[in-house]
Amino acid sequence: MLRSIKPLVAMKPAFARTFSDGAFTSDGKHIVTMIPGDGIGPEISHSVKRIFAANNVPIEWEDVDVTPFLKNGVTTIPDEARDSVNKNKVALKGPLATPIGKGHVSMNLTLRRTFDLYANVRPCKSIVGYKTPFDNVDTVLIRENTEGEYSGIEHEVVPGVVQSIKLITEDACRRVNEYAFNYARSIGRPTVTVVHKANIQKLSDGLFVSIAREIAKDYPDIKLNEALLDSVCLHVVQNPTDYSNTVMVMPNLYGDILSDLGAGLIGGLGLTPSGNIGRKASIFEAVHGTAPDIAGKDLSNPTALLLSSVMMLRHMKLDQHATEIETAVLNTIAQGEALTGDLGGKSTNTQFTDAVIKNLSA
Amino acid sequence: MQRHAARLAQPLQSYRSFGTVGTKTSLVQSDPLTASGTVYGGIHTVTLIPGDGVGLEMATSVKTIFRAAGVPIEWEQFDLTGYTDSKDDTLVRQAMDSIRKNKVALKGLLYTPTNRLGHVSWNGMVRKELDVYASTTLIQNLPGSWPVRHKNVNFAIIRENTEGEYSGKEHEPVPGIVESLKVSTHAKTERIAKYAFDFALKNKRNKVTIIHKANIMKLGDGLFLRTCREVGKRYESFGIKTEDMIVDNASMQLVSKPHQFDVIVCGNLYGNILSNVGAALVGGPGIIPGANIGRDFAVFEPGCRHVGKDIMGTNMANPTGMILSSVHLLRHIGLSDHADRISKAVTKVIKKGNVLTPDVGGTNTTTDFTLAVIGELD
Repeated sequence: MLRSIKPLVAMKPAFARTFSDGAFTSDGKHIVTMIPGDGIGPEISHSVKRIFAANNVPIEWEDVDVTPFLKNGVTTIPDEARDSVNKNKVALKGPLATPIGKGHVSMNLTLRRTFDLYANVRPCKSIVGYKTPFDNVDTVLIRENTEGEYSGIEHEVVPGVVQSIKLITEDACRRVNEYAFNYARSIGRPTVTVVHKANIQKLSDGLFVSIAREIAKDYPDIKLNEALLDSVCLHVVQNPTDYSNTVMVMPNLYGDILSDLGAGLIGGLGLTPSGNIGRKASIFEAVHGTAPDIAGKDLSNPTALLLSSVMMLRHMKLDQHATEIETAVLNTIAQGEALTGDLGGKSTNTQFTDAVIKNLSA
Repeated sequence: MQRHAARLAQPLQSYRSFGTVGTKTSLVQSDPLTASGTVYGGIHTVTLIPGDGVGLEMATSVKTIFRAAGVPIEWEQFDLTGYTDSKDDTLVRQAMDSIRKNKVALKGLLYTPTNRLGHVSWNGMVRKELDVYASTTLIQNLPGSWPVRHKNVNFAIIRENTEGEYSGKEHEPVPGIVESLKVSTHAKTERIAKYAFDFALKNKRNKVTIIHKANIMKLGDGLFLRTCREVGKRYESFGIKTEDMIVDNASMQLVSKPHQFDVIVCGNLYGNILSNVGAALVGGPGIIPGANIGRDFAVFEPGCRHVGKDIMGTNMANPTGMILSSVHLLRHIGLSDHADRISKAVTKVIKKGNVLTPDVGGTNTTTDFTLAVIGELD
């Protein structure tokens, strides 16, 4: 008996700018860039494509490879990939391996810089059928994606003394906070919580908080809460349900840690979707690793990428398809018969995908 | 003369017990004969800074228990508060001078304002200026009956207290652009690593996990990781394993599989995050003991640092963390008999479970708990 599963991410886009731009085929389908990625990436992207086809989603995929090269010392993705994403405005991405070698920065950082992806949206919702010590988690976190502690500005002052610079700029704070308030409004959460350590970092986090306060004035229907990082780390683990009706917004590092903390509450990165919003384009991605040990063996779990693709569908205002696919995925996990190894089952990726397709027509 | 003779009589490696309920955890650099700066007629003078929020209630609890147990401690109390618009730190400096004299202190948390016109963190100032560089927080399930997400959690967080993200060095080169400097030095990293590995060794723990984000902060955290690994190599022959984990992964692992952690060594900010997550796993900040140890001084305060303004004055705070921190203080200055008595009493009250504060599911007050502990003193 199937219980009705509530939608995981009701991400109705507040900035509807990018979805109706983008590229279309002659028969009106959206063209979406697919970055399969490395390791298990190709297998799980294939699963997504199969499920989308089974649900007749009006999307045509444009596969690209983002393996970077060094151009004047800067890690750059191939022109073809960059042009595709800029044209289509929406992309779905599998896990990427950061190339090892001199001068290469992480792939995620490269993509963020190339497309100016300024806000990382990380919802974490408990999955029925996969029990963790934490019940009814339903947190949404928006992380500033471009600066902060990850600005990459470091130097060794004298041997043995290093300074790492955390950069906070008004522009970046403004963008991400505006997105957070809009997002909260669009998914019907009445508050935004800005997470900071402005007692210790008075200027940097202080700036972030003061911009949040300024922007809050433009959204009288949304209440702004301010919370210290320590408090949030404590309370979200003690009582995650306290954060079910707020959207958290924070600088880069805190966002990185708290979003993975949230993933830990619901069962790991294999179940967590993620969306990166930019002015020019948005990339939805699976945040887990490339799992080279199981690559090519049909053992991977496509759930994370599927849930990210659902976020993407909502971003593109294809809500009907989003809900159908999401319900099918969640029902498949809840039924517990076709689970992959990481969820405690013995099925293959193909079997899981087949089960989802079967649930689509159920 | 007598002291000198006593010192010779002491075994060279004395096991000082830091732990209370169940475990006997030893503090590194804890020599009872030199730990206390002011001892006259057997009475130790200890600086006490109750702090803000629930600090006063918890300090009162400790003082009451100590008095009932006949602990030979005289408190030199400084009722500082961080709730002030002034940046005048005269009182804080007086308190620090007292700590320099007494060498040992018990303290609650002082509030730090979040606006840029407010004063800096006086908690941080005390830690930095007295150079009590090693913050030791013990995350451990107590034998209480309250619901916890994970049982049998037992790990220690050794956190560098004086540099890193909390250097407080920020500037605004042009309006709207702010830089905050995270300072990492080889010297301070090496000494915190040594502390962590010595801690592991003394307490027969097997593994030290280095927490970092060196994949992104290649120079800063790269230095931290490299230095800790180097120190770790010297302890390999003693059977202490070294491993490392990226901080976001560590947070995730902490909430799903906390049993894999034994001793964690990390910088200031990561230690903050992990101690809060750890506290949440075992029952909250009210039960976590802590210590800040330096070469010359020791400042004991709750391991999970919260002011607790929301329950201030309501007599609802859980004094367990503060009491356990004070027990560690007693062991540190060589009053282990008193430490054992009080620790046993606390264990009994927690085990019995009929007098507990609201944060761990009870309905009793701070005073009730304090009296219950006194009642169990033998």
